[in-house]
Amino acid sequence: MTQRQVNVMGMTITEKILAKASGKKTVKAGDLVDAKIDVIMCHDITTPAAISMLIEKGIDKVFNRSKIVVTPDHFQPAKDIKSAELHKRLDQWAKRQKIKYYYKIGRAGVCHALLPEQGHIRPGEVIVGGDSHTCTYGAFAAFSTGVGSTDLAAAIATGQLWFKVPASMKFVLNGLLKKGVYSKDVILAVIARVGTDGALYRAMEFVGPALKGMSMEARMTITNMAIEAGAKNGIIGFDAVTKKYLDGHLRDKKSYKVFESDKDAEYAAVEEFDCSKLEPMVAMPHLPSGGVPIGKCRGKAMDQAYIGSCTNGRIEDLRIAAKIMKGKEVAIRTIIVPATPEIWKQAKDEGLFDVFYKAGCVISAPTCGACLGGFMGILAEGEKCISTTNRNFVGRMGHPKSEVYLASPATAAASAIEGKLTDPRKYL
Amino acid sequence: MAKAHVYKRYHINTDEIIPARYLNADDEKELALHCMEDLDTGFVKKIKPGDCIVAGDDFGCGSSREHAVWAIRGAKVQTVIARSFARIFYRNAINCGFYLIESDDAVEKIKDGDEVEIDYGSGLIKDRTSGINIGFAPLPDFALEIIKDGGLLEHIKKATTD
Repeated sequence: MTQRQVNVMGMTITEKILAKASGKKTVKAGDLVDAKIDVIMCHDITTPAAISMLIEKGIDKVFNRSKIVVTPDHFQPAKDIKSAELHKRLDQWAKRQKIKYYYKIGRAGVCHALLPEQGHIRPGEVIVGGDSHTCTYGAFAAFSTGVGSTDLAAAIATGQLWFKVPASMKFVLNGLLKKGVYSKDVILAVIARVGTDGALYRAMEFVGPALKGMSMEARMTITNMAIEAGAKNGIIGFDAVTKKYLDGHLRDKKSYKVFESDKDAEYAAVEEFDCSKLEPMVAMPHLPSGGVPIGKCRGKAMDQAYIGSCTNGRIEDLRIAAKIMKGKEVAIRTIIVPATPEIWKQAKDEGLFDVFYKAGCVISAPTCGACLGGFMGILAEGEKCISTTNRNFVGRMGHPKSEVYLASPATAAASAIEGKLTDPRKYL
Repeated sequence: MAKAHVYKRYHINTDEIIPARYLNADDEKELALHCMEDLDTGFVKKIKPGDCIVAGDDFGCGSSREHAVWAIRGAKVQTVIARSFARIFYRNAINCGFYLIESDDAVEKIKDGDEVEIDYGSGLIKDRTSGINIGFAPLPDFALEIIKDGGLLEHIKKATTD
């Protein structure tokens, strides 16, 4: 039906979702729209401030208590008195407003792993969250973007936000990934090519045969890092893999609307990648665009390995790391952070914890933790960390003179064993 | 008169503007004490009320933390002039009623320590040190309206009571 509505010029999937959300037949890049929000993600760092603003402005209300999902994650369990105060404010508000989906500690997890897993993310919908990596949910053919506390407050109170419809860039992922090369390597290669502002203000639409072979977990790693190229959102079309995941996870099974880009949709740029030629990538400090093939950086000594986060803390990631670590011992501090309680349990039930324990790793509770330099693995001056996270800015994981090297769980696991940047393919 | 503090760096990110180790607070005054700490430990000491920051491309990239805008505003910085801004930072600034200036020209011409005077209405930066006048494109109308109302929440309140 949507196809027939457009007879002048085709629309991208991002344009179609924003058109629907703003009650318009068509929109084009650059249009300002007021979009209705379907899901709002709230966590412990940016939401307490939003709550305070709403109270201060005398508009302390929620537009729909069933469309807000709350989970503390960044500093959970509370790392100090101040973060405990943030949690307290979040908790009191969630209870007072009777938020339907409030994941308290014990069920709380890294937001961008938790929301899809618990079935809150649906194709064709508009999701905002007080976190820049909210773009993750675009893997489900949804429009999803990160906002600050004021936008979050406005969305909580009114259920809508203004957006400038972004121009789209198409990323064609050709070829199939070789053994030992993962979706993390793909997105690091993409960002290395376009730069950290290469997709500024734009939608990054990922298409192509390489995606077909990727699980939803792997696809989320790609859309998760769209913000690292400056994008407003990352998006991947719906297919059988999406459907299967949703059938297994959606809590509200009512039908959802699947949009796809028209053949004559307009793109600001098209970038082609031959994924079959990709090698494992490592993003050197201090920008996510610093990706180089492992062949060009292997051997560099590391002090710590960190496997977790909204980028790569899902069960598939832990399985890959465990496969490599099985029967081996790590040479450096290695921290494993399952992203949600369900992933934690699954990893335990599958025996992955035994592998990590025997290898000499420490296993943490679900938290964003050290990814953003919060706690649970902070770096000292001069230390280097191979990490499956998404940012390697100055001081990101600790001391301003520490260094973060971004890579896949496989590369992080192999590097943990050898204590230096290591090509994971020798262990597979 | 406002002094310009020039950082000719691209991609000055939210971790440098306000490191996550301080995100256990959201009080503007407290955040201001650590403004730009991981970029320049001397920043807070040298900034005077009304001064401005001048930087390269993609200022404010990274996290959605509005704390970055609050830290800068709390440090009494008048505005940030950059070649371009990261999207969420730009949006957060508008939503907070904090004016940002995008200008290649200004970034090229303003030197560290220059005394500048900014006329937001006409879109003009007068560099009193060099004597050069630099024009800039004002923010789009919808953004100016939000800023004029004192931020997005006031803007929404006004729209619903009008």
